[in-house]
Amino acid sequence: MILRELSEATGPSGKEREVRGVLREALQDHVDRTWVDTLGNLHAERRGSGRGRLRILLAAHMDEVSLMVTGHHESGALKVAKCGGIDDRVLPSTVVWVGSERIPGVIGLKPVHLQETGERDRVTKINNLAVDIGAKGKDEAKHLAPVGTYAVFATRFRELGATVMGKAFDDRAGCAVLVELMRGEQPRHDLVAVFTAQEEVGMRGARVAAYATRPDCAFALEGTAADDLPKKKDVSPTSELGKGPAITVMDRSFIAHRGVHDTLVGTADELGIPYQFKQPGIGGTDSGAIHLAREGVPCSTVAVPCRYIHSPVSILSLQDLEDTVRLMRETLMRLTRRSLRRD
Amino acid sequence: MKDTIQLLTETYGPSGFEERIRATIRSQVESLADEVRTTPLGSLVAVRRGDGNGQRVMVAAHMDEIGVMVSHVDKKGFLRFAQMGGVFPIHCVGARVVFADGTLGVIGIEAQRDRAKPHRLEQLYVDVGATGPEDCPVRVGDPAVFVRPFVAQGRRLIAKAMDDRIGCAILIETLRQLGKTPNELHFVFTTQEETTLSGARTAAYDVAPDLAIAVDVTGTGDTPEGWPISVELGKGPAVKVQDARMIAHPLVRDLLVRAAEASGVPYQMEVILGGTTDASVIQLAHAGVPSGCLSIPCRYVHSPSEMVDEQDVEGAVKVLVEALSKAI
Repeated sequence: MILRELSEATGPSGKEREVRGVLREALQDHVDRTWVDTLGNLHAERRGSGRGRLRILLAAHMDEVSLMVTGHHESGALKVAKCGGIDDRVLPSTVVWVGSERIPGVIGLKPVHLQETGERDRVTKINNLAVDIGAKGKDEAKHLAPVGTYAVFATRFRELGATVMGKAFDDRAGCAVLVELMRGEQPRHDLVAVFTAQEEVGMRGARVAAYATRPDCAFALEGTAADDLPKKKDVSPTSELGKGPAITVMDRSFIAHRGVHDTLVGTADELGIPYQFKQPGIGGTDSGAIHLAREGVPCSTVAVPCRYIHSPVSILSLQDLEDTVRLMRETLMRLTRRSLRRD
Repeated sequence: MKDTIQLLTETYGPSGFEERIRATIRSQVESLADEVRTTPLGSLVAVRRGDGNGQRVMVAAHMDEIGVMVSHVDKKGFLRFAQMGGVFPIHCVGARVVFADGTLGVIGIEAQRDRAKPHRLEQLYVDVGATGPEDCPVRVGDPAVFVRPFVAQGRRLIAKAMDDRIGCAILIETLRQLGKTPNELHFVFTTQEETTLSGARTAAYDVAPDLAIAVDVTGTGDTPEGWPISVELGKGPAVKVQDARMIAHPLVRDLLVRAAEASGVPYQMEVILGGTTDASVIQLAHAGVPSGCLSIPCRYVHSPSEMVDEQDVEGAVKVLVEALSKAI
């Protein structure tokens, strides 16, 4: 399963090389051309066979939320900062891989025995946390993990039956969908897959990739937040596991193009592919950067729902993943220049 | 012009869903322009060709309006929603919204013990009279806009979506009144201003103008205990000096001031600390575009009852006609 390799690869924002390697390997026999741009985006192009071909950009980001070493304590523990949005509450007592050598480290927390009254009721902020890699002092720590070294969650991929568990499903799930889309039969349209860099720190890769690609339209493929645990209040579940791909109508970064959106929904309805609308008004994806390129790019975002994203471990449904691939493949067959017209 | 303003303000068109308002504006400008086209993100561009001796000028007004989008249908058929642009809870309670298919909704609010506490958007819901998801006529992702008829009372014009249909009406009227001009004029009715300014940003790249003027509403400081803004209703259109995201290019600012003086239109200078307009993103297109803004003083911006003054509106048209008629 390509998702296993992708999930276990490390790819903090700005250092996506390992993920890029997995993807290149997976795609090189299936596409016409691959190249890497200045910001580290991996482009993979495949010519279509249809008439009146569109140039379609398909984006999935390679980077994951991570930590970065910012200094060293006398004890040898590492001071770290967050790269991308991480809730401080998920950090204590997790194991991380530090640097490209994957030195194991633990984000230590004082044991209950030593805590003062009330200490447990408070959230320990990242400034008060440190990564312990067993270094004997500052010098050894500096040598093993100099300032600027990344750390990612040390999570092995596991199959649980209908679902799988692993780290970085945001957005390796999107990467896995995109690999499948590029591998199949020759497409109708010209497809430009871009595995983008630095999404988690502000969609930087997608911005230049969209400018370079000059697409007629674009899709961002994502692993998005599922929030289907029991709640006190009957408000939006964001998206739910097992209910099919989550289609974005509007988030904080863009509003989906009506023509592209209608083609997606029409395809799903026609073929009976399950889908859901992601809770409008929250989050943002590469579409936020892509739709603003040059004269503007009609965009849509389609995502595999994943529980517990931006934490050490997420869970997704393999059926959702499969349905996302199918919905995208069929939509790409049905899109025409007319779908993009606005008059 | 009042008929146009009524038509435009009463037409449905939240950000990203501008099909109807675009069709309405297109029908108004088609006979007035040499060319009408849309950009990939749906902005409508009406071009008036010059004689080749002038500048390429982009005049922008946004056609989208604020609204709400359904984010959840609960078990009893009540709708939770996300805001499309700056929607304030205080304007919502008791307001009515309408969906594209004509479904009407009333905005209600959860009970709150402390009435002095300000309400949050998350506490509001739309009631369309459904009893559950099964009989609910709308679904997640459907947008709605405020309902309020246009009213003219004396010199004051009151409507929802005056922001920025008044700008659209001014552009249309300017097109009507303009004679021959040396300039190549691109009247752009932009999309998605209220959310991400995406329409203007991409249209500016598309048009690649030498100079740009946005026409949009601005807040006033003339109401009881109002904001500290010097702009007043009825004292003429305002030439923007700066807002939160743009400092007007002196060339454009002075062009508008000179045009106001030449046409005998009273005007005001505007400095505002909050908010911005399409000009803020147009100025950043390509290698940069000298940009400015002609503002229409407007009370109660982003409420369902936005109020402008007819003379300010007519003055703005005169200023634009004067500014655009001659070589810049």
